[in-house]
Amino acid sequence: MSLRIASSPHQHSKRNTGSLMRLVCYCTLPGFAAQLWFFGWGTLFQFIIAVAVALGTEAAILELRKKDFEKALSDCSALLTALLLALCLPPLTPWWITALGAFFAIGIAKQLYGGLGHNLFNPAMVAYVILLVSFPVAMTSWLPPQQLMQQGYGLLDSLSLIFTGYSNEGYSLNQLRSGADGFTMATPLDSVKTDIDLGLTVEEAMAKPQFHEGTGVGWFWINLAYLAGGLVLLKAKVINWHIPLSMLLAVSVTAGFLHLMSPDLYASPWFHLFSGGTMLGAFFIATDPVSASTTNLGRLIFGASIGFWVVIIRTYGGYPDAVAFAVVLMNMSVPLIDYYTRPRTYGHKARR
Amino acid sequence: MQSLIEKIRQGKFSDFPGGVHPPQRKTLSNQTPIAKLPLPQRLYVTIKQHIGVEGHLEVRPGDMVLKGQPLTKSMNPFAVPVHAPTSGEVTTIAPHVSAHPSGLAEMTIEIRPDGKDEWIALAPLQDYQNQPKLKVIERICHAGISGMGGAGFPTHIKVSPKKNVEFLVVNGVECEPYISSDDRLMREHAWQIRQGIDVITHLLNPKHVLIAIEDNKPEALHAMQVACQENPDYVVCSIPTKYPAGGEKQLIQVLTGREVPNGGLPIDVGIMMQNVGTCFAIADAIFTGKPLIQRVVTLSGECFDKPGNVWALLGTPVSHLLQQGQYQPKRQRSRQLIMGGPMMGFNLVSDQVPVVKITNCILAPTEREMVQADEEQPCIRCSACADACPASLLPQQIFWHAKAKELDKAGEYNLFDCIECGACAYVCPSQIPLVHYYRVAKAEIRLQEEEKHQADKARERFEARKLRLEQEKAEREEKHRQAAEARRKALEQQESTTGNKVSAAVARAKARQQTQAAKEETPASDKVAAAVARAKARKARQEQESTSRDKVEPGEESKQDKVASAIARAKAKKAKQENASTAPDQAESPTGEQQTKASAGLNQTRESGAEPSEKQPAGDMAPSKDTKAARVAAAVARAKARKAAADQDKDQKLSPAPESASPTVALEVDEEKKQRVAAAIARAKAKKRVGVSSTDKQQDKSKS
Repeated sequence: MSLRIASSPHQHSKRNTGSLMRLVCYCTLPGFAAQLWFFGWGTLFQFIIAVAVALGTEAAILELRKKDFEKALSDCSALLTALLLALCLPPLTPWWITALGAFFAIGIAKQLYGGLGHNLFNPAMVAYVILLVSFPVAMTSWLPPQQLMQQGYGLLDSLSLIFTGYSNEGYSLNQLRSGADGFTMATPLDSVKTDIDLGLTVEEAMAKPQFHEGTGVGWFWINLAYLAGGLVLLKAKVINWHIPLSMLLAVSVTAGFLHLMSPDLYASPWFHLFSGGTMLGAFFIATDPVSASTTNLGRLIFGASIGFWVVIIRTYGGYPDAVAFAVVLMNMSVPLIDYYTRPRTYGHKARR
Repeated sequence: MQSLIEKIRQGKFSDFPGGVHPPQRKTLSNQTPIAKLPLPQRLYVTIKQHIGVEGHLEVRPGDMVLKGQPLTKSMNPFAVPVHAPTSGEVTTIAPHVSAHPSGLAEMTIEIRPDGKDEWIALAPLQDYQNQPKLKVIERICHAGISGMGGAGFPTHIKVSPKKNVEFLVVNGVECEPYISSDDRLMREHAWQIRQGIDVITHLLNPKHVLIAIEDNKPEALHAMQVACQENPDYVVCSIPTKYPAGGEKQLIQVLTGREVPNGGLPIDVGIMMQNVGTCFAIADAIFTGKPLIQRVVTLSGECFDKPGNVWALLGTPVSHLLQQGQYQPKRQRSRQLIMGGPMMGFNLVSDQVPVVKITNCILAPTEREMVQADEEQPCIRCSACADACPASLLPQQIFWHAKAKELDKAGEYNLFDCIECGACAYVCPSQIPLVHYYRVAKAEIRLQEEEKHQADKARERFEARKLRLEQEKAEREEKHRQAAEARRKALEQQESTTGNKVSAAVARAKARQQTQAAKEETPASDKVAAAVARAKARKARQEQESTSRDKVEPGEESKQDKVASAIARAKAKKAKQENASTAPDQAESPTGEQQTKASAGLNQTRESGAEPSEKQPAGDMAPSKDTKAARVAAAVARAKARKAAADQDKDQKLSPAPESASPTVALEVDEEKKQRVAAAIARAKAKKRVGVSSTDKQQDKSKS
């Protein structure tokens, strides 16, 4: 009689890498839907392009590395990376920029480091930063929410804009971006930043039509949707509370401190929490297991630092949003943080 | 501030970090009473079933034993005996597959039951409370009781501690899924367990007794509460269900919030833990005199048609239990049996593995129940393992280091605090067998330490030797120096002091004596010496003459010398003939020719250089014998040479060294390199020798 020999434990939880990644993907759906609602179909096409390129790149490189890519693709990590990248891109970004980003995320930021689990940086954020630095105009060309637009655009318009640069009616992206007053409508973060630089107060800057009750129209709801998705992740114990909570707290505290110093020069914490990629970053990006800190104390430090840098870079930096920069910056610090935040082992004295 | 015991009484417990909640599946086996089993065909009693040392065998094959009869005995405090589980015949005592993850064979007593199940005379310990404690402890030892919760530590050592016990914790937590042996034992034998607790309490005199049971066993909790209600000092604690709450360290943390210090024992924080099964066995030993020969074993898993708990005699092979539980192997695609629970149990290598004192469960799960782990996937650093670790380790970091064989780093992350509970591997989404990595790393570290220890020892020995040698050398030198000093001083003293006159007188006296003695000896010895000297001188002259005569003046030779020169000539002639006769061989076997030449040359040297009085073998001196010998030698040489030529080398120049004068030297070395080197040497020598032999020939010619 031959008996199978395996090492204990013999029982295993049902959860595996693939199911974890898929769960994260599902939890982005509320935010995804909100983005589609406010900014049109563009994001959907970005998602499709990014996923196709990402999976293709992953498969090709794994093939080159002589690994079983079918199994690797089934862990859905490339899918999640592509999804997060697509969600961060302006909806009508030219297709080749998206493709380049997805290739960079998987090929350079992930596979060149050794593949899943070995990348130092969050692949989606590295790709985003590269694209932002390389194509600053295209990467900040967010359309105003559809409700505020002079010219609406549909599914085919989006497709046409992404692949040709012009809508079916022949409008260019810039023409579409122009508001009723003929001025280009930037994202709330961009707009406030520019206006403050122009000498306006925060209150004056927020008098524009794309603002409503202290936050950007649409952006508030998008952030709220990501918050909801993130809470589901927390409930499902896919992520720990440490990073999102510390990051959001740090955003509030930092922004609150600045705002208290000078309400005219610095936007309120409320505005920072519900603008740009704050919630997406807090629940879906900073919590990326591979590139985040792995100890509980480390996670608190990691999240709080990201929150701090988000506000600082948004306020003083050259780019309107800062989640990607803050995350990549802190990714670099993770080994150090992890090393110094080891928990006290049972029966051991506290480390000095 | 509430005191600790008040908090415990109120059910306010601490928590331990991490932990997991695998499916319990306890109802599979805990619904029916503990069943009695028919006797198996054979019993395999492993002679060492505990941590410590084994006892000496008390029985031999062929012996008839009675139920409960001790089979081993030892005076070692770390040894506990094993007993015959039933009456019958000891058939063999030999290595048998053991109840260990390795499945290595261990010395095992095989007993064929006679079916009578006849007990030896049992002697309960009457009125144990009035007996000396030592007697009670001795009784526990002789009953063969060791911890039945898993570790198998000898109980009698545990119940005789040096330190005071504040809490006696009776562990009925049974946190492993599926297992319900302690559960059923508590439900059915709560009273006897309490009696066992009474005995331990009598021995240890703890301040408080805590009986910890997970809250998923309400019936057991109730039974123990009822059994302990008379004694208000016994607190039955219902603790939250979480794996591994039953781990010793974790249970201590849950109940008291204390932590066993690193490298310490529970007793260091005033706690002593005993398993409920152990308590039951102690009561058996004291009140009925029965040694530990059976235990409750859970048969569970969906491959059993009749899962449940059974009283299994120690030594019962698992196959017998499978039969009783109606194991259906067809439900498993690849057959798998687990001894212990799904989290910490180990796979059996054979169904002949016997039940031992720590066997609490035999698990036969279907594939649907216990999904076989997929192939290991890359770690995504999610830290689910760290969240699950009850020891607050960083399993992931240890894993990376263990995988990279950075064992020192793994140790730095407190690898050895891992209790191998399996919680980390249970939650790992990448299906990494983390615990396996840790076991391997631990084993490697232990091995390294062992090797280092031995290397250190060797170095110490070497250094000690070196030191000793140096010391001895220094001592020797010192001694020499002192001796020289002493001699010098003595000399100086002799010269300087007046004693010098005395010594001079003594010396004179001695000298006089010596000359007198010499005079006395002269007549006899002088003559002898003179005769010897004359003989020597004659001999020397003869030698000188013979050597010079050979070369220079053949005419002035004595009779003896004439004979010698005649012999030499004859030899030379013979040698020439030989040369001529071997000439045909020369072309095909130069070595043979050279061999002959060499022997001829040797003879020439002898006849020209050797003194006539030199002791030579008779054969060499006698011409006829010499000829015969030379012929034989030549023939041998030819044969050898031919063989060498055929076997080995086409190189004409290759020839044996003249000194060795044997081609076999070249034959013996078969490596090409060596051959080449030898050939080169031989060539060089041959060249040299050709020169020598030609001069010999010239000499020869001149003589003839």
